Amino acid sequence: MSLIALQGITKHYQMGNQLVKALDGISLSIDSNEYVAFIGSSGSGKSTMLNILGCLDRPTSGQYHLNDHNVANLNENQLSEIRNLEIGFIFQSFNLLPRATALGNVMQPLIYRNVPFRQRRDLARKALQRVNLGDRTDHLPNQLSGGQRQRVAIARALVTHPSILLADEPTGNLDSKTTVEIMQLFDELHAEGHTVIMVTHEDEIAAHCQRVIEMKDGHIFRDSAHLPGELH
Amino acid sequence: MLFSLLESSRSALASIIAHGFRSVLTTLGIVIGVASVIAVVSVTQGLRVFVSQQFASLGTNSLTVRSYTPLEDRMQGLNARLTPEDYGLIEQRVDGIASITPILFASRASQIKYGSQTAYSQIMGTTYAYQDVAQFFTTEGRFLANSDNLTRRRVAVIGDTVRENLNLPENPVNEFVELGGEWFKVVGLLEPKGEVMGFSQDDIVLVPYATMQSLQGNQARTDIQIQLSLGENAEIDDVTGQLSLLLRNAHDLDSSDEDDFVIETAEQMMQTFDSILAVVTIVIGGIVGISLLVGGIGIMNIMLVSVTERTREIGICKAIGAKRHHILLQFLIESMLLSLFGGLIGLAAGYGLGSLIAGSIPSFPPAAIPFWAVVLALGFSGFVGILFGILPAAKAANLDPIDALRYE
Ligand SMILES: Nc1ncnc2c1ncn2[C@@H]1O[C@H](COP(=O)(O)OP(=O)(O)OP(=O)(O)O)[C@@H](O)[C@H]1O
Ligand SMILES: [Mg+2]
Repeated sequence: MSLIALQGITKHYQMGNQLVKALDGISLSIDSNEYVAFIGSSGSGKSTMLNILGCLDRPTSGQYHLNDHNVANLNENQLSEIRNLEIGFIFQSFNLLPRATALGNVMQPLIYRNVPFRQRRDLARKALQRVNLGDRTDHLPNQLSGGQRQRVAIARALVTHPSILLADEPTGNLDSKTTVEIMQLFDELHAEGHTVIMVTHEDEIAAHCQRVIEMKDGHIFRDSAHLPGELH
Repeated sequence: MLFSLLESSRSALASIIAHGFRSVLTTLGIVIGVASVIAVVSVTQGLRVFVSQQFASLGTNSLTVRSYTPLEDRMQGLNARLTPEDYGLIEQRVDGIASITPILFASRASQIKYGSQTAYSQIMGTTYAYQDVAQFFTTEGRFLANSDNLTRRRVAVIGDTVRENLNLPENPVNEFVELGGEWFKVVGLLEPKGEVMGFSQDDIVLVPYATMQSLQGNQARTDIQIQLSLGENAEIDDVTGQLSLLLRNAHDLDSSDEDDFVIETAEQMMQTFDSILAVVTIVIGGIVGISLLVGGIGIMNIMLVSVTERTREIGICKAIGAKRHHILLQFLIESMLLSLFGGLIGLAAGYGLGSLIAGSIPSFPPAAIPFWAVVLALGFSGFVGILFGILPAAKAANLDPIDALRYE
C-alpha cells in the first residue's frame, strides 16, 4: 500500500466571477522512501499540491489517503496532529520563529507532543548536529545566514522523525554553493530512509530526485515513474 | 494540560518581555486602577487599625449613656434629658457594673485663665470613677477624689494641651487657674493621649461633678452623660438591656415611643466607623471597576494587534503541529500575565502612594495593606486579563494555517 494516494484532487479558488483551478483532477500515489520532485512553470499548482500533501490545506474535492487515513474525515486538531507526527515541512522562506533561537525553533514541534524540556533540548541538539549546526544553537534566525536558516528549518522538520519531508523550493532563496550543500543533505536524508518530496524550478535539483512530476495548469503533465528513461 | 500551561506561560512571558515598553504602557489602565484602590484601602485600613486601637484604649467594655431627642420632639422644642436621678437609679439597680460615673459638660467651650494667658477648653464635671471607666491616669499629682466631690472642692485635673496653652510649668500641681470667674487649684496633670485625626485628646479639664453642678445653677435643665465600665463576668448585651428597660420606665415611655437616650459602646462606635469605611470602599470599588474595565479594553486592543502582528508565527506553529488549544492558551495566558503584571505594579505604586499620603499628613497613622486587598487586586486584574483575552485568543486559535502562513 502506498504512503500517499491521491484520487481526483481539485483545488478551486473563486476570484470574483473567475474560477481559478489551481489543481484540476490530480491522481497519483507515492510510496515510502521515494525521492520526488514537482516541477513546472510558475502558477502550475506545485505549491498548492505540496500544501495539500502536507495537510496544511484541504482540497476542494477528491480523496487523499495518507498512511491509509482518509484526510478529508479529520478535523482541524487531528490535522495538526498529523502535521506534527507524520510531516516535516520546509519552506522557501524558512519560516522560523523570529524570537526563538535555533535550538528553540527546533524544540518547538516537540512541545506539541508533550516532550519534557530536557529531552526536547537533547533531541533538538542532535537534530542541529545532524545538519552541521551544532555550534549555532543559541543564534537567533536573524543572526544566521540563509543556508544556516534553511538548515535550522530542516533540523526542525527532522526532529520529530516524520515519515514524509516536504520542501517547497528549499533552495529558492540560496546561492548555488549553499544549494549544493542543502541538496547533499536531502540526498543523505533520502538515503537514511526518509520520503522526500520537493518543489523546484531548477532542473539540476530535480536531477537529484528519482522521480520527477511535471505539472501544468493544475494537471500532471508528465510523471517520470510512468515514462521510465525519459528524464533519467 | 498542565504541560501546555507551563509551556504557554513560558512563551507568553518571553513575548511580554520582548515587548517590554509596550507591555508596560498596555497595562497602565490596570496599574492606575489597582494603584488607586490600594492607595485608598491602605490609608483607610491604616486609619481603621489606628482608630480601633484608640477605641480599645477607651476600654472595649465601657459604655456611655446620653440623652437623645428624637427629631419629632426636637421640632416641638422638647429636649430629652438624662438626670442625676437617672444616674442614681442606674447605680443602684443595674447589675454587672464595675465603675460608673456621671459626666456634666459645660454647655460651651469655657475660658480658662492662668496669669495673663487665656485658653478655651472642654470642661467636664466628673468623679474619681472616671479614671477607671475612661482609663485616664495622672503623671503629676493626683486624680479627682471622692472627697473632692462630697465637699465640692474647687480643684481641677488638666490635660497636657491645656497646660501648654496656658504656659503652666511642667508640673502644674498647686497652681491656680480661673474657670468661669472662679479660682480652681490644679491637683493633677493627665497622661498625654495624643491626637485622633488632628483632634487633641489632651485638651480637657476635669473638675468634681458636684462642683460643676453648683456652678451651673439651673438644676432643672441639667443633662448629664453617664459612663460606666462592666464587671468581669458581665455581658454587654445584658447590661444594655437592663439600662434600656430601667430608663424607659423612669422616663415613662410607652412601648410605641422611641428611646430618648442612646447607649454607646466602643464596639458600636467601631461599627459605625466601619460602615462609613465600607461605603467609602464601595464607592472606590466602583471607580476602580470602571478603570479596570478601561484597562481590560486596552489589553484586549493590544492583544488583537499582537495577534495580527504574529499571524505568520501562529501559522508556523500550526504548520508544525500546534492545536487550537495550544494557541488559545498561549494568548490567554499572555493577556492574563500582562494584566497581572499591571496589578503587581499597581500594588506597589498604590502602597507607595498610600504611604506618601499617610506620611504627609501629620499624626496620620501609617498605611497598611490588608491581605484581602492584595488577593482581590491581583485576582481581579488576572480575571480582567482572561476576560479581555478571550476574544484575541479565539481569533488567533481560529486562524487557518495556510492563510496565516501567507499573511504578509
Ligand atoms: N489563496 C489563493 N487564492 C486565489 N488563488 C490562488 C491562491 N493560492 C494559489 N492561487 C492560484 O493557484 C494557482 C497555483 O498557485 P501555486 O502557488 O500552487 O503555484 P506554483 O506552481 O507554486 O507557482 P510558483 O512556481 O510561482 O511558486 C495560481 O494561479 C495562483 O494564482
Ligand atoms: Mg510555489
